[in-house]
Amino acid sequence: MTWRPALSRGVVLRHDRVRDTDLLLLPERVVVLRGSAGPVVRLCDGTRAVGDIVAELGERYPGAPVAGEVPGFLAALRKEGWLI
Amino acid sequence: MTVQAPWALLAELTHGCPLRCGYCSNPVELIGRSRELAAGQWSDVFRQAADLGVVQTHLSGGEPLLRRDLSRIVAAADGSGLYTQLVTSGVGLSERRTAVLADAGLRSVQLSVQHADPRASERIAGARSFAAKERAARLIRASGLPFGLNIVLHRANLDALDDLIALGLSWGADRIELAHTQFHGWALGNRAALLPTREQVERARVSVARWRELLDGSMELVWVAPDWVDVTAKPCMGGWGAVSLTVAPDGTVLPCPAAAALPDLDPPNVREHPLAWIWRESKTFNAYRGESWMPDPCRSCALRTTDHGGCRCQAHALTGDAGRTDPACRHAPDHHLVRDLVQGPRDEPAYTYRKGGT
Repeated sequence: MTWRPALSRGVVLRHDRVRDTDLLLLPERVVVLRGSAGPVVRLCDGTRAVGDIVAELGERYPGAPVAGEVPGFLAALRKEGWLI
Repeated sequence: MTVQAPWALLAELTHGCPLRCGYCSNPVELIGRSRELAAGQWSDVFRQAADLGVVQTHLSGGEPLLRRDLSRIVAAADGSGLYTQLVTSGVGLSERRTAVLADAGLRSVQLSVQHADPRASERIAGARSFAAKERAARLIRASGLPFGLNIVLHRANLDALDDLIALGLSWGADRIELAHTQFHGWALGNRAALLPTREQVERARVSVARWRELLDGSMELVWVAPDWVDVTAKPCMGGWGAVSLTVAPDGTVLPCPAAAALPDLDPPNVREHPLAWIWRESKTFNAYRGESWMPDPCRSCALRTTDHGGCRCQAHALTGDAGRTDPACRHAPDHHLVRDLVQGPRDEPAYTYRKGGT
């Protein structure tokens, strides 16, 4: 079955207006999402497959190494248990 | 000095508790229930905390489930954008209550457990509680909320560590925090009964390493180091007024839950001052912030950037001066105080149970 990444239960994506950065909030932990990590995770809503996310980001950031980096980044977040 | 924004708020909603553990992290002078902040006041605290940069709150006690208005408090914290975690003994959790709290915006639950054996657990807690904990574990697991176990380690349960981890597995915990007793406040009075031997600690350390290999990340095991046995100062609270703040049941704001015991600290209260002023400007939060307060040997020590000079409450409890180097550190001029106690005799557990706070 095609993987459609979504945040795990208990993981919250939030924009931190004080520090002007995106965060992943978990029990006992805060992960600071630097650069374009926040916009990538924001697309993980359970409806898009990894290919869809790559395509959307490719349109939004022409010339960025999206296809080379995003699938590995998402897999790393899945391994941490933050994405299902 | 630039003051960084805080990340976390420990909200002690009440000091009341059905348990009477002899190592309770609440101050020895417990705050009575009649002085507690109302839900509306907590709501204001959460809003101010979020404006200040706080993103997480631990809703703790005492036993937060004693607050009948807990779901309102949870909803207020969630509404302010704070990630909410309930820190509970499990006593008083029902299926309905779990559902109501989850609906109100509760994100995760941390359940305390004292021992894997019901009778030993209740001896440590000083109250009948094991069946309630088992039930709470089932309810939390069934709710799907992230589920952590918190186990305070000491002389009477370290040898049962394997059973405790197995219990956490059978209860379906996502995470177990193994936290060695911190020897100030209630625990200092019970030191002879609580302080483990070096051998116990070393066996436990080996056991945890073996479990981590076995579990391969399927359950997280956190080991909070025993500073007395490791002769290394703990990076207490990530530094004084650096990462986190505690609001006591009556609105008193402290850099850590134990700091109420420090004399001359004159801690501010949210009933009288804005939280931003308390965090940035108050004398209390600046007393041991950064490095300028540090005595020798801390001020020239490479460890100061990682341990922040250790624990002020422990320095005060053992030397009478909160500004001295934490005696847990092997380099501290007062380290012999800890060394003598670690090498000294132990008592059979006959705890002085916690009392008050009603």
